[in-house]
Amino acid sequence: MLKNIWKAAAVLLVFYSIYAGLVNEVPRLAILNETIRNIYFHVPMWFTMMFLFGVSMVAGISYLHNFNLAADRVSEYAARTGLWFGMLGLITGMIWANYTWGTFWVSDTKLNGSAGTLLVYAAYLVLRGSVEEEHKKARLSAVYNIFAFSLMLVFIMVLPRLTDSLHPGSGGNPAFSAYDLDKRMRLVFYPSVAGWILMGIWLLQLQLRIQRLKVSSQS
Amino acid sequence: MRNTLLFLLMILACPLLSMASQEIAMADIMRQEGKIYVVVAVMSVIFAGIVLFLILLERRVSRLEKERNKD
Repeated sequence: MLKNIWKAAAVLLVFYSIYAGLVNEVPRLAILNETIRNIYFHVPMWFTMMFLFGVSMVAGISYLHNFNLAADRVSEYAARTGLWFGMLGLITGMIWANYTWGTFWVSDTKLNGSAGTLLVYAAYLVLRGSVEEEHKKARLSAVYNIFAFSLMLVFIMVLPRLTDSLHPGSGGNPAFSAYDLDKRMRLVFYPSVAGWILMGIWLLQLQLRIQRLKVSSQS
Repeated sequence: MRNTLLFLLMILACPLLSMASQEIAMADIMRQEGKIYVVVAVMSVIFAGIVLFLILLERRVSRLEKERNKD
């Protein structure tokens, strides 16, 4: 039971972020009003996605090192789980955008970049599906993964900082970066990110265990 | 001429100054009436349901793994 304590921590952290995220005080800003609380839910989705994509890349490199198919499995499922969180991040962002900007989408660097990232990783899954032989699939996927991760960093972290944008954190908007975030909000935001990353790891671990069972029942 | 222009400008500036004291609309009423806790409760129930599903799934997988290890 003790080895599952991190899962309990994940659940408690997210519960805390739900309660404190809605009840605690937040800065009163024009245009954003209460939707500023979206930061507690929408942003952790993206952080979890980036974390899982990082795990995926490292596992892919580990495969290239040892040619151990277990590492390739981690790489695949981490990418799949990350993709799910990315889609949730995109959808929650679009809902927020509709309330704050009046439209579900704008042609903006960060938005286009995040959508592009999801497409890049969807293409990773397509690449995997197109190759039959296990080791060849793993090799190609691992190499593509490195490019995909680098592209993600460029699309989400580099390009948006170079341009002006409506999205919070760029241009003249109230910034939500680590340096500008209100102290009261940080108390909820950081635990939320930690909780959701742990949830992402739990979801990844479950998928891997089920996949391992499938593989061992086939052999 | 210049004095009247300056005077006009100052009058026009007054509404801009009063903007700072305008209230930013927030969900204070919801919080005062305790309705915010309904939102918290709903979200918590949804999340609790998802977590319960995960725990049950976790148990099923553990059971299968134990059976696998016995063989």
